[in-house]
Amino acid sequence: MAGARIGLLERYRVRQSWLRKLEPHGVDAGSTLLIAALVLFLLFGVPSFLHAQTDCLSCHADKTLQDASGHSVGVDADNFHASIHGSLGCTDCHSSIKEYPHPDQPAAVKCETCHADQAAAIGSSVHAEASAHPCTSCHGDAHAIFPKSDTRSAVYPLNIPKTCGNCHGSEALATKYGLQNVYSAYMDSIHGYAVSKEGLLVAANCMSCHGSHGILSHKDPKSTTYRTNIPNTCGACHGGVKDEYLSGIHGKLLAEGNQKVPVCTDCHTAHAILQPTEADFRMQSTPICGSCHKDQLATYRDTFHSQLGLLGGYVETARCWDCHQAHRVLPASNPQSPVNQANLIKTCSRCHADANLSFVQYQPHANPHNRKLNPALYFVRLFMNVLLWGTLSFFTLHTLLWFIRAKKEQDKGGPAAEAKHD
Amino acid sequence: MTDETRMAPAEQPEGGREAGALPVALPAAQVGGESKEKYYVRFTLPQRYLHAVLFSSFLGLAATGLPMRFSENAVARQLASAVGGFGAILFFHKFCAIVLTLAFLYHLKDLAVRVLHGEKGIFWGPTSMVANWKDVQDIIGHLKWFVGLGPKPKFERYAYWEKFDYWAVFWGMIVIGFSGYAMWFAPFFARFLPGWALNAVLVVHGEEALLAILFIFSIHFVNTHLRPGSFPMDMVIFTGKETEEEFKKKRTLEYERLAAAGKLEAKVGDKPVYWWVNFAKIVGTIAITLGLVMLVLTLFGYFGGR
Repeated sequence: MAGARIGLLERYRVRQSWLRKLEPHGVDAGSTLLIAALVLFLLFGVPSFLHAQTDCLSCHADKTLQDASGHSVGVDADNFHASIHGSLGCTDCHSSIKEYPHPDQPAAVKCETCHADQAAAIGSSVHAEASAHPCTSCHGDAHAIFPKSDTRSAVYPLNIPKTCGNCHGSEALATKYGLQNVYSAYMDSIHGYAVSKEGLLVAANCMSCHGSHGILSHKDPKSTTYRTNIPNTCGACHGGVKDEYLSGIHGKLLAEGNQKVPVCTDCHTAHAILQPTEADFRMQSTPICGSCHKDQLATYRDTFHSQLGLLGGYVETARCWDCHQAHRVLPASNPQSPVNQANLIKTCSRCHADANLSFVQYQPHANPHNRKLNPALYFVRLFMNVLLWGTLSFFTLHTLLWFIRAKKEQDKGGPAAEAKHD
Repeated sequence: MTDETRMAPAEQPEGGREAGALPVALPAAQVGGESKEKYYVRFTLPQRYLHAVLFSSFLGLAATGLPMRFSENAVARQLASAVGGFGAILFFHKFCAIVLTLAFLYHLKDLAVRVLHGEKGIFWGPTSMVANWKDVQDIIGHLKWFVGLGPKPKFERYAYWEKFDYWAVFWGMIVIGFSGYAMWFAPFFARFLPGWALNAVLVVHGEEALLAILFIFSIHFVNTHLRPGSFPMDMVIFTGKETEEEFKKKRTLEYERLAAAGKLEAKVGDKPVYWWVNFAKIVGTIAITLGLVMLVLTLFGYFGGR
């Protein structure tokens, strides 16, 4: 930082001494080209150096300096010189200032003068109408902007969640714009954990999915978070899973334009993404499949797998995707499906080591209420229910009558009363 | 489980041995104001222990089985996660299952040994657990008495509802036990069971267990313990003894039969000691309370949905 600063000042001094040396010589023979260059330099180069950093900083280096309205106009010179814009003159950006003293309220700085593409992208994005300054809201202090590969940058991958969270982690702002407060959900997610705890540069941060300047609403078909684009967005990192997904029934239907099929975020959620092998995710995901496959969920609920699984703690019990696969879901008729008759022993063996041909005839979605599909189970259940309610009905009546009679005998007292003892 | 033959005069020393094992028996008998009251032995110590093991393991099985049966119920889920989720629940369930299985096998072994030793009256007769024509008459007679259409029937050693309790447990042990082990060792049982049976065992296990829970925590509790005349609990299964007055009133025919045969004196036992009675009351109260709480939760789980 200090080296850069000395370099700049030295360059400035060297140029000043050049000017002094050149002036007495006037137009020298054989140096027309050099003269022309000098004239150009004097015409355009010098005025900028008239208002060079040192001149401005003689006032603005005072970090407590404020304008008439109480706005801080102090500049941290060290930070600025180290920043990506450190070699620029002040008036390159504050271009409305031509002379000193300058007006109290110089015109606002227009970043788009240089960064036209980014400004255009912002202009068509969800942040187009943001009241805060669109550039500094994310890139931070205008006089301390660093390249995104620099750890000091507000848009360094590991700093992005906090930068976006400045607004998107605010309850007030979330309420105002009808957004979810996604910051805490993200930070608790597997991606947020990778970024905040592991410092993993390749882990998905806000920008990885939403982009940066041209962020569009997820309702916009061009958005990276539009429903049909999500597999590609997630697939940018999770390429293998994307291929599996696209070759499964859900991916194929999505490619045909079916909007109802689940995409990545339907099961994994967008921000609060959990480690899928852990209990929390395994507990929450079955109802997601069941939100479309209602009959299958209902019959699954009647089985041991579900009864066990719902109690938590013991997460190994089969959930939908343990048998059907998570990403490459195929119909049972497909020979490649794990629930195809030919693959059942292998599939069941993943949990039940001794699974045999008879064992896999077990029906994980049997319906004891369906006489046609599961006649044996239907009659077993019927028999058990008749036994249950028959026995209980008879004895409830029997015991109730007995109770009433015994109470009467006891109240009467005398020899007829039943003995009370202990 | 409760069987007459244990009461045979030949086995009487067992009762004496048991009384002798209680050091405070004599002073306690003198302290009591009704020390002159005669006590008769109804259940032997092994029978009482068997009942204790039975109800303890049954309570454990019910407490761990119900959350599985009603796993969508919020109370069930909270209870399960409080003890460490399904893994813990299933472990305790299997543990209690093994205890109960051993108790059942002990009872079968006991019966087999006695049959082999030529004991009479196990399969038929006034002291047998097997139902007979008199039980049918007793059911009708008892129901008539409930509604005031006849006199109260006199009962032998085991009344029809007691026999029903015994056979309900016996049948339940086989049905619930078999279906439980079939699920526990499903791949093994699949070698000789058809595929649909693996689906059926869960239905059978769950429904039969539900019947057992609802029956024992309501019908058995009221019939045996909470009914006026027995309330709050019938202590005979804990102390093994009952007074002459109770014996005469509750099991009139047995009393008369023994008196006529001159075998009554052989059944006389010591008055139960205080500390044992009090201990049994505490244990019994806890068991009945747990059962009633589970009964309420079961009914909520069954009818209350999720």
